[in-house]
Amino acid sequence: MLADKDRIFTNLYGQGDWTLEGARARGAWVGTKEFIEAGRDWITSEVKASGLRGRGGAGFPTALKWTFMPKVNDGRPHYLLVNADESEPGTCKDRDILRHDPHHLVEGCLLAARAMDAHLAFIYVRGEFIRERQRLEAAVEQAYAAKLIGKDNIHGWDLDIIVHHGAGAYICGEETALMESLEGKKGQPRLKPPFPAGMGVYGNPTTVNNVESIAVVPEILRRSGAWFSSIGRANNTGTKLMCVSGHVNTPATFEEAMGVTFEEIIEKHCGGIRGGWDNLLAVIPGGASVPCVPGEKMRHAVMDFDGLREVGSSLGTAAVIVMDKQTDIIKAIWRLSAFYKHESCGQCTPCREGTGWMMRVMARMVEGRAQKREIDMLFEVTKQIEGHTICALGDAAAWPIQGLIRNFRHVIEERIDQYTWSSTSDGAVPSIAAE
Amino acid sequence: MVARRLADESVQPASFAFTAENAKWAEWKIGLYPAGRQQSAVIPLLMRAQDQDGWVSRATIETIADMLGMAYIRVLEVATFYTQFQLKPVGTRAHIQVCGTTPCMLRGAEALIEVCKHKIHHDPLTPNADGTLSWEEVECAGACVNAPMVAIFHDTYEDLTAERLEEIIDAFEAGKGDSIKPGPQIERLHSAAPTRTTLLEAPSAKREKFIPPAPPADAAAPAAPAAAPQAPTTAAKPKDVSEESAPALKGTPKAAKVSEAQAEGERKAAASAADANGQPNKAMREGAVGAESDASKVDGGKAPGKASAAAPADGASTAGIKKSRTIIAPRANQTEVNPVAEKGGLAPLFAAQAGAADDLKLISGVGPVLEGKLNALGITRWSQVAAFTAEDIAKVEETLNFKGRVTRDDWIAQAAALAKGGEAEYVRVFGKKPR
Repeated sequence: MLADKDRIFTNLYGQGDWTLEGARARGAWVGTKEFIEAGRDWITSEVKASGLRGRGGAGFPTALKWTFMPKVNDGRPHYLLVNADESEPGTCKDRDILRHDPHHLVEGCLLAARAMDAHLAFIYVRGEFIRERQRLEAAVEQAYAAKLIGKDNIHGWDLDIIVHHGAGAYICGEETALMESLEGKKGQPRLKPPFPAGMGVYGNPTTVNNVESIAVVPEILRRSGAWFSSIGRANNTGTKLMCVSGHVNTPATFEEAMGVTFEEIIEKHCGGIRGGWDNLLAVIPGGASVPCVPGEKMRHAVMDFDGLREVGSSLGTAAVIVMDKQTDIIKAIWRLSAFYKHESCGQCTPCREGTGWMMRVMARMVEGRAQKREIDMLFEVTKQIEGHTICALGDAAAWPIQGLIRNFRHVIEERIDQYTWSSTSDGAVPSIAAE
Repeated sequence: MVARRLADESVQPASFAFTAENAKWAEWKIGLYPAGRQQSAVIPLLMRAQDQDGWVSRATIETIADMLGMAYIRVLEVATFYTQFQLKPVGTRAHIQVCGTTPCMLRGAEALIEVCKHKIHHDPLTPNADGTLSWEEVECAGACVNAPMVAIFHDTYEDLTAERLEEIIDAFEAGKGDSIKPGPQIERLHSAAPTRTTLLEAPSAKREKFIPPAPPADAAAPAAPAAAPQAPTTAAKPKDVSEESAPALKGTPKAAKVSEAQAEGERKAAASAADANGQPNKAMREGAVGAESDASKVDGGKAPGKASAAAPADGASTAGIKKSRTIIAPRANQTEVNPVAEKGGLAPLFAAQAGAADDLKLISGVGPVLEGKLNALGITRWSQVAAFTAEDIAKVEETLNFKGRVTRDDWIAQAAALAKGGEAEYVRVFGKKPR
């Protein structure tokens, strides 16, 4: 359990003052000049010592990502691109950073930019976060006015920050789609290689980081990487913002140490499962694109990258969606299929056609208007989409359905039996072949 | 993918122009991006145009394409790709966007959609008879812990019930949308749990100044041993760590690596110190839920952030600085050092032996990597391995993270043979050549 003094986001709920004054009172912008002076390698090594892994879902070590940037400048400018296009269903952690602790992010941008020799940072905020974006823009303005960033600032490292925004496309959370969108095009992912660190925004070296990954950097430097790595288990260090939604008594966003169990966070922060632990059906532990886990397996699961891999899922963005036994789980997963169908960018055929196909089959399975062999066929199709697309959206669309079939096949079969049984009692057997 | 097309010609206006204020804003926005990259501003400009007119018309697209020097088709692509752009006129007083994705669906978004169908129009994106209201179902709007929610223009209305949404729709229909407070519609502080169990109770640390760790060049120098003797004092009396000494110690990452157990010990020490000073112990938040619920009683259940911040005020905030210092202070005494925690390098556990090092790789089970680690622990000779006690084995295995390796491969017998007569003796005892 995380002690108050080990928290990084001390104004997560907006209970204090979000402005520069308030952020300074809480300890932001202290020592920044010394960190900048200590240099690029020191910042990177300290972040490396902290064991910080990217908070956007994939969990790639942040410091390692930074080292991919060219060491020697070949004349092209370097860019930092902060991914605030938070649209993974279940996830709403970055929103609270943007609107209540924006100076953590602005300061983090300066330090991360130093670590990759960048003088321009973009923060791409999703289009729906309008108030959040205004808050962030105001914070950036305050930092400019206080000469904390900008040309000839007091820290001795020039940095311009441009707050950019999208307009409602989930796919722009993918880093290459994010760059396409920033360049004023449709957000369709690029093929890799070339990787962003070699050819990113406008063809220049770019590093894309999640908001939370950047926002924790100033505190890591202030308190040392050793402090950060002393929280949590090896390879899964630090604190993490978690958002719990769905069927808990009090859904909430909170900062917690990595490596606590699911039961602990639910009991401590969320007032327990609706209807008690016996009523827990399934949990999607890391945002919509990770497989769901049956309740009994989840109860004692450890909330970190490795702990959730052990139960066949993934930490993702630590956005936990809880479903109790009153949930129609087939329908819940169908709704995710509808989401992916809506958000597919249309570039790769397996995803463009497959997401719609999966959604339609799922819709029939919600009713039970299907045949049992179609369950295997659906599974087979998810396997054909997974891994055959440019970006991971195809995978993300396939995994929830795979998780459903793996863990709740009996529910689908019962639904089909029920439908057939009801139909014959009416004297009308539906013609599935005609579908 | 969603097929989105421009509105029918009959509703398309003949021309579009930004208002003077918006035109000025657009010029500023275009100027932010690097020279020649004005295309990046296309999404912000389209969004501004939509804010002005309520929707994006063909004339808007053409005007903005001309402003940015883009082909019309490129702007059309953007406008049809991003789903936040309304391509048809929507309700003039309110366009209600109901989030229908799984986290919201689990908490009752379907009831909200029913309300919209009933009160506005059966079909989404179709204004009601007066043209004042319209609605649509959108994909995850990023307020999942406050589900279910709707977005109306720039604001979100969260934690809704069907009844509350009816009231909100009525208010907007009457032109009194301003009377509704945006955000959670229940008693709740943004994304905090309504029971406030996750609120911070301790005031955050104030930092007047910060002396950062020395740059890496100095840190590499043997500062660690010099720093160590100071440590016992710090552990016993954490408040005694001075501003000056702590950062200096911090410059030695290895020494500063704090094992979890010790960090815990220090926290406890700090807690008891706080008690002794008459500081409220809840600042430490050791007792998690219990302490918090007590604290909220003390606060009288109102404005938790303010009340608790006011109570310990000055004294605690300075204590806060020192508390955060204690975490980065080095460990108290060498015998408590947990070498596993020191991922960077291994502290010697054994007194190094004089004389040339033996080839430890001859012991089956020891490769070049393990040999390096053993050497770092001070083990260089076969005779040392042969003399391992059970305690030594436990220490070594823990350090190397290889449970059971030493006994399973019978290092001791192997090393004894090697120590006695080198390879020849090994062949005699085991009947095969080493490695």
